[in-house]
Amino acid sequence: MTAALGHVSIILALLLALWGIIAPILGSRMRREGFFVSARVAILGQFLLVTLASSSLIYALVSTDFSIRYVVFNTTRSTPIYYRVTGLWGALEGSLLLWEWILIIFSGLVAWTYKNRHQELMPWVLMILSTVSAFFLAVLALVSNPFEGVFPIPADGRGLNALLEDANMITHPPLLYTGFVGLTVPYAFAMAALIKGKLDDGWIVTTRRWTIIAWFFLTMGNLVGAWWSYHVLGWGGYWAWDPVENAAFMPWLPATAFLHSIQVQERRHMLKVWNLSLIIIAFSLTIFGTFLTRSGILSSIHAFSNGPVGSVFLAFLAFVLLGSFGLLAYRADHLKGQSELDSVVSRESAFLLNNVVLVSALFTIFLGTIFPLIAEAITGAKVSVGAPYFNSVTVPLFLLLVFLMGVGPMIAWRKASWDNLKRNFLWPALASLVIALALFIWRVRDFFPLLGFTLSVFVTATILFDTALAVRARHRLAGEGVLAALRTLARRNQRRYGGLVVHLGIVLIVLGIGGSMSYSIERQATLSVGESLSVGHYRIRFEGLRGTQQPTHYRVEGAFRIFNNGDESGIFFPALKFFPNQQSPVGRAVFRSTYADDLYLILSGFSELGQNQATLKVLIRPLVTWIWLGGAIIALGTMVAIWPAKNSRQNAESSEQANYRLPTES
Amino acid sequence: MWRRIIIVLAIILPLIGLLAYGFYRDPRYIPSPIIGHPAPRFTLTLFNGGQLDLASLRGKVVFVNFWASWCLPCRAEASELEAAWQTLKGSDVVFLGVNIQDQEENALAFLREFNITYANGRDATGKIAIDYGVWGIPETFFIDPEGRITYKHVGELDPTLITAKLDEARRRIVSAKEGTGSHLSIR
Repeated sequence: MTAALGHVSIILALLLALWGIIAPILGSRMRREGFFVSARVAILGQFLLVTLASSSLIYALVSTDFSIRYVVFNTTRSTPIYYRVTGLWGALEGSLLLWEWILIIFSGLVAWTYKNRHQELMPWVLMILSTVSAFFLAVLALVSNPFEGVFPIPADGRGLNALLEDANMITHPPLLYTGFVGLTVPYAFAMAALIKGKLDDGWIVTTRRWTIIAWFFLTMGNLVGAWWSYHVLGWGGYWAWDPVENAAFMPWLPATAFLHSIQVQERRHMLKVWNLSLIIIAFSLTIFGTFLTRSGILSSIHAFSNGPVGSVFLAFLAFVLLGSFGLLAYRADHLKGQSELDSVVSRESAFLLNNVVLVSALFTIFLGTIFPLIAEAITGAKVSVGAPYFNSVTVPLFLLLVFLMGVGPMIAWRKASWDNLKRNFLWPALASLVIALALFIWRVRDFFPLLGFTLSVFVTATILFDTALAVRARHRLAGEGVLAALRTLARRNQRRYGGLVVHLGIVLIVLGIGGSMSYSIERQATLSVGESLSVGHYRIRFEGLRGTQQPTHYRVEGAFRIFNNGDESGIFFPALKFFPNQQSPVGRAVFRSTYADDLYLILSGFSELGQNQATLKVLIRPLVTWIWLGGAIIALGTMVAIWPAKNSRQNAESSEQANYRLPTES
Repeated sequence: MWRRIIIVLAIILPLIGLLAYGFYRDPRYIPSPIIGHPAPRFTLTLFNGGQLDLASLRGKVVFVNFWASWCLPCRAEASELEAAWQTLKGSDVVFLGVNIQDQEENALAFLREFNITYANGRDATGKIAIDYGVWGIPETFFIDPEGRITYKHVGELDPTLITAKLDEARRRIVSAKEGTGSHLSIR
């Protein structure tokens, strides 16, 4: 019953989506407004039907309706209720349904928000949204049906993968999907502008806020994924440059580039073709990512199912790329920029360079990801591309990006005068040089970490210095105190100050990655009871082993007493968990985080319980905490940037003007 | 405009083609570098207590089959292998079974169940399997009279292939690459 309800809703939604594609075409042919209205109704109808279908699947999971195959494979009678709900994205079919659900929520919001605006573009925006929705609905209806039945009905289900039973798995996939799906909105506006040939800058202003939201979710999705990898998988790392990780990260790069270069288009009416290309690439990469994870064409540590769905996604990717870039090529004559670059030393060129670097990073990561395919197609050789390649090519690029992050927001538009440069960069540059010298004396002497730390200081200094100048100006002008002045500044120019806060968050992430990449210590030893291992400023003494039967598994724990600089700081219990239906044990690493470093203990093996020997792997990873802190700061900055103003339209205009009045503009 | 559209096609079509090509390869498959090279030497302790040195079989065609009692494709091919041995024994061919990752009693039960009569022994430490790069079972190696591996087969074998590849080994013909059976090996 539930299954039939869900399946029929999806089929009806598919029919509505198809109508949503045809209606705008008929409407513009026959010049009848009614068709355009029906395109909007089609979106709202899909929203209701997909919500019904998703609710049916959630209901089936929660009520353990084992007549549905998907429920059998993703839950058991003993699964707690929240993991039953998260079973919705525990496997392929459900995640596709979740994707479609988020997509249609976004589409509904777009249809509703712009009911009376963008009259010319909206029918086409909705058509593009319906097209993407129709694709996902067709996959759900025909290729991987989450409501497929199973017979005979089993007494109990097989359950989720044990690793997925973790709080972060509740948040990571929906965050990432929301980020992916969010990019559909700017893409739809871009395509609508291309179809309609209405290529002024209106669509870009509209999509900026949507892009920030999508970007925010992408960032958070990736960070939470890294957090989960670091805290749950128990290998001590947060990023492995695995194809699936790259697939989640790649859309972030053009999305970030787009967020910067649309400012150039808004202000200077340049880079039109470039911006359209960026948004097409970002959207295509979300489809590519799904193709990569679901096709199994590359070897990945992420065990995802293969099946016919891979080729369907490839066909859709081809359709999107050919259609979008074909249309762009067709319209390119109308897209001549209206102005030229005035000077190389200007904010435009800083943003341009930022774009070049981001796209280069995207290209190198993309190349590394698909290189095994290229190599085998051409030479037949088997190669694998690992972290050394990705680290060595992306680190210089990302450091250049950090430098630009300091320059871009402070340098003047059009042409920076010597005065502008001196006023904004002299003191920050001096400050970072002093810090660099201090770090050098303090024995940070490797080139890349030293450069990374120095640049981080530089960016922070430019932001603090600029804000301090602005606060002083407010103080003189209106007599406001520091906090009041900050509030006024942030409220007058949300986008700028939100952006600067995000930059500070990125700086923290750079520090965290830099520190943990360059100065991690790793040691492994087999200890008998009473023996200790010294690593860095820690000493770890093995106290004994203990085996316990847990509800779902057998657990072997080692007890290790930690001494930090000789002071005792507690006992840690890293464990190995033996699940009855899994061949190898699942590790439970334990760690102690401080602002300076994380101590990370992994039990990698043990002797027979009686003999009391344990093999312990100890990692000391400096500054990792700053990565997660940076994520929180980014979230804060995004809130500042998109927080709805009291009178939003007025605010948008006044903030535009405020931009020109900033002390950075000389 | 056409020029631009051609550029777009020239970039996108090869990319899609490359990704589509991905469906025709197995990213986890690694070709064996061992074919055409001398077979790694080993001494196998047989289930009947005897020792068998591979070097002592120089001049004969040797058929080495890695298996375990829990492996379903091994089970599927077991009677075929014994049947082939029955027709070939007494000639210049020697059949060898190497039991890996198994319990001794289960392995013996397996040999009894299929009435296996050719020489079989346990690779208790896994050293032989590692030397031969065995990744899954069953995997079978054909060795020519000069002690060189001429062919490697992954998965279930059928009688025609056994005869054909033994014949090639006898004539010292080295296959270009390994073959796979209808039931792939269990990894």
